[in-house]
Amino acid sequence: MAQRMSMKPFYWGLAVVTVGSGAWIWSSMNRGGVAMYAEPLPAAETAAAAFPGYPKGNDSVAMVVHEYADFQCPACARFWVLTFPDIEARLIQTGRVRWVFHDRPLGGLHRFSHMAAHAAACGDEQGRFWSMHDQLFANQGAWSAQGNPERSFRDYARAAGLDVSQYDDCMQSGKFRARIQSEAEAADNLGITSTPTFVIGRTRIPGALPYDDFKRAIDSLSAGSGTPR
Amino acid sequence: MVAATLALAGFFVSFYLWLWKLGVVGSLACGPGGGCEYVQTSPWAMIFGIPVALFGVVGYLVLFTVSLIGLQPGWAQRREPTLALVALSGAAVLFTAYLTYLEAAVIHAWCRWCLVSAGIIVAIFMASLAGLPRSGTQAQRHSGM
Repeated sequence: MAQRMSMKPFYWGLAVVTVGSGAWIWSSMNRGGVAMYAEPLPAAETAAAAFPGYPKGNDSVAMVVHEYADFQCPACARFWVLTFPDIEARLIQTGRVRWVFHDRPLGGLHRFSHMAAHAAACGDEQGRFWSMHDQLFANQGAWSAQGNPERSFRDYARAAGLDVSQYDDCMQSGKFRARIQSEAEAADNLGITSTPTFVIGRTRIPGALPYDDFKRAIDSLSAGSGTPR
Repeated sequence: MVAATLALAGFFVSFYLWLWKLGVVGSLACGPGGGCEYVQTSPWAMIFGIPVALFGVVGYLVLFTVSLIGLQPGWAQRREPTLALVALSGAAVLFTAYLTYLEAAVIHAWCRWCLVSAGIIVAIFMASLAGLPRSGTQAQRHSGM
């Protein structure tokens, strides 16, 4: 009996170590990235954060295709894999169109879409948006299934040739959150609620069309505007 | 008691590193320099395809269990739990010494959590050694009477 009495503080001590360590690990699992990027910003912070998007192609080309995409959207990744290489080789590099990528993170089930958009923005800060964009789409299946893709994004940043410590600072600051949310709100105001959506002039093309359909749409718009094919 | 408390703390350190390895914890709290991630992503952080941190999780859990068994009324006067603790923690100290050597001489980076674990396992070994002369003495007294 006496021994049982003396063991009580010891078991209490073990309970304190368990609860303290458990709480600390739990907070580590939810610290920084995932929690911060899941939290929407107030409208006042996003109002003045307009952004022209991420361009690809010759600045002097008149026909501009605006792509609104979510890095966690499977259709966007399919478009990037199946269609975009042809578009890049046959339309962008040949000077027929200029491409502008806009973030349209959907959130909801795509719970890491804002964080992924921010990782790409941190890539842009070092002049490597498109490398980071490619990494995120190429590995979408892997990081989407994770509980916390922060580490994977870091690996992609390294693979994209970024300075990882500068990337870390960028991600921890969350400095592009307002801009990304502002882009999403701007897309909402245009009625763009699904991804990918493409806007060429006043024409809107929803969904990941195959290259041929895309080309036809560009051709008909070129014919209408008198742009050479 | 000391060994059990330390083993529990060691378990949580290893568990934290293992969760990071699994991708559940996003970034390791390691202070400046990022040595933890460098060490944890090195080829030496896996043995036979199993994360070293998982060896720690299992090892500390075993040490914790043996320590608790040794504190139970039926076992408190027996020498076996202390002997088992000395043997297990002694083996773990040798394994940790090898891992620390790898950090110093091969990887050239320090993982602070690994050093914390190294300190814990050495402390468990010392505590077990210190308890060795006292263990079983009561049983001997009983048998002598």
